[in-house]
Amino acid sequence: MATRSTQGPPSLATLFLSFLTIGSTSFGGGLLGWIRRELVERRGWIDDQQFLVFYGISQMVPGATNVNLSVIIGTQLRGIPGAFAAVAGLLLAPLAILLALGALYFAARNVPGSRLINAALIGAGAAAIGFNLATGIRLAHHNIRRIGPAVVAAAIIVGIGILRIPLLEVLLVMLPASLLVTLAERAR
Amino acid sequence: MATLLQIAGVFGVLSLLAFGGGAAVLPDMQRQVVDVHHWITSREFLDMFALSRAIPPGSMIVVLIGQKTAGIAGALVALLAMFGPSSLLAFALGRLWHRAGAAAWRETLEQAMAPVSIGVTIASGIAIARSTEHDWATYAVTAATTLLLALTRLHPLAVMGGGALLLALVSS
Repeated sequence: MATRSTQGPPSLATLFLSFLTIGSTSFGGGLLGWIRRELVERRGWIDDQQFLVFYGISQMVPGATNVNLSVIIGTQLRGIPGAFAAVAGLLLAPLAILLALGALYFAARNVPGSRLINAALIGAGAAAIGFNLATGIRLAHHNIRRIGPAVVAAAIIVGIGILRIPLLEVLLVMLPASLLVTLAERAR
Repeated sequence: MATLLQIAGVFGVLSLLAFGGGAAVLPDMQRQVVDVHHWITSREFLDMFALSRAIPPGSMIVVLIGQKTAGIAGALVALLAMFGPSSLLAFALGRLWHRAGAAAWRETLEQAMAPVSIGVTIASGIAIARSTEHDWATYAVTAATTLLLALTRLHPLAVMGGGALLLALVSS
């Protein structure tokens, strides 16, 4: 497992710019992958274990998971102002683009070439799903070393991905199960 | 002003119900903004969903609904209402975690959460692919990008651009 970051916290401006980059590059999807790439791999502000814990907490509360994740990472790095810097950076570019798109849409319903643009968006979206899947595979490769946690992850993949059981129900069962696995391995 | 308050009320409540992300409350949202408040038509809701689907970080459809209903102010109120309440909860839970410091139980919980989060990451990708992809081309793009980005150091933007180009070519 990776060691905890030893760098000092970034300035608010750097934090904002970092999330601005994340928000600007993640059009089409893959946001979780971009967040990990920027904050864990490129900046080293948090490590994989922190990233996974924060992601886990983000899933436990309602709302857009990636906004929750940004709030928690921003708070961790720079307190409450950090949370605002992170979320503002994350949302600025998407908000500007969407307001422009909205204005266009309300002005003229049928944009020429929209079928081609739509196909390109679907292609980027399909690739973005692959980016998130690849992020999951990288995380598994770096952080899962024993059979118990591997079984926990596999059960969740089957439960949500194949059997389509709602996330909340899976978490209510698998979090305690994972805790038991961890405690059992500790005891040995 | 009354409309802005209604916008804040509708999305503020949905914010707290959106377990697992905004997709969970889309049906409720449609009912509220189309059937209950008549802010937009059913057709507009679908168009807005398509327009906002690719815009991060999810749930950004509320910006378009707010914009149509009450202009820029409506868009901003809708955004704040959709992300504010859930962000407060995330903040509170994150704080609680931070306060726990180096407690032994926290280290144990962190170890237990890692495989769960990894499982959810991969499972979400599969679930989204299964609900949005219905033909070989999109499945192939997802499979190919998964392999490329897991095994190589290619830049994600290059790979996503390739996916966009491929489907534009296939469709034309």
